[in-house]
Amino acid sequence: MNLPPFQQLLDDNAVALHRFCVAQAGPDHGPDCFQEAIIAALRAYPDLRDASNLRGWLFTIAHRKVLDHHRAASRRAVPVGDPVGGAADAVPLDAELWAAVGRLPDKQRGAIALRFLADLPYADVARSLGCSEDAARQNVRAGLAGLRQEVAR
Amino acid sequence: MTTDAIERALRAGSPDVGGAEAALRRALEAAEAEGLVDVAWTTVDSPVGPLFLAATDAGLVRVGFGQEDWMLEDLAEHISPRVVEVGKRLDPVHRELDEYFEGRRQSFDLPLDWRLSRGFRRTVLEHLYADVPYGVTVSYLDLATASGNAKASRAVGSAMATNPIPIVVPCHRVLRTGGALGGYGGGLDAKRHLLALEGARLV
Repeated sequence: MNLPPFQQLLDDNAVALHRFCVAQAGPDHGPDCFQEAIIAALRAYPDLRDASNLRGWLFTIAHRKVLDHHRAASRRAVPVGDPVGGAADAVPLDAELWAAVGRLPDKQRGAIALRFLADLPYADVARSLGCSEDAARQNVRAGLAGLRQEVAR
Repeated sequence: MTTDAIERALRAGSPDVGGAEAALRRALEAAEAEGLVDVAWTTVDSPVGPLFLAATDAGLVRVGFGQEDWMLEDLAEHISPRVVEVGKRLDPVHRELDEYFEGRRQSFDLPLDWRLSRGFRRTVLEHLYADVPYGVTVSYLDLATASGNAKASRAVGSAMATNPIPIVVPCHRVLRTGGALGGYGGGLDAKRHLLALEGARLV
């Protein structure tokens, strides 16, 4: 199969992918997730059989790396601490809001990040989460509702 | 805060958080260390304009003039789609090219990967690389004869036109019989510059 040069995927997606990882895993661990995602993607790339949605494929890999990070962080976390581990150190673009994003359940957090940070269409959000497009919309709605409650005064 | 306002805040809060470029460079250097980069490329400045350089693990595979996009596609198609920018692998090439352009180097001591050239074209280019030294010019006919087929001047011309490693494989030293400049992929000004640098006498 004729795959485009990997460089082209990077040119098109690296900034959004980096932002996606850092916003979810924080400035300390986000770059590690980003690097792991790039390496995993390069490893798998030559054997890829379907090049129709390379952007979705790349974000799916990054999403998994972020999940791995959150799982490892919650294993390390002491019970009384921040329930999502590294989430509290998420990038303070709007610190309160991003901390709240970090506390959302995995699927909602992933859906919100894929939709608004990576700016993916719902079809790609669904693919990255491994769910239907309806479920992806539902997760974004639920995530937004959760955020609204958290930041409401 | 309404849901709309939250959505706006999420979008507004999502410009580049900074550091993506540095993070990408580190990620690609790590990938290179793990052997996941099949073709590394970069661009460097030179007196004949920006040069595109690419290397496999076997050696220098491509030198090009001008825009990189189509060269990246060509490398992805003919060698591997794992083509990414890792400048480090090209450091020795860059250094030798600088020395050449400063007049301090007359031949290159670099491993070459010839795989973008095949058959008679490759035979011709290998003759050119091995047998036509700095500052010397030959005609298409000379080179055809040296490559074992005196009637193949035209094929020699197309071998020069498709030389994947110009400057290092010195197709700029090949002129028309009688000494007219002929053609050059990097433009005739570049060809004149290289010949003048080498002190080649032109008719």
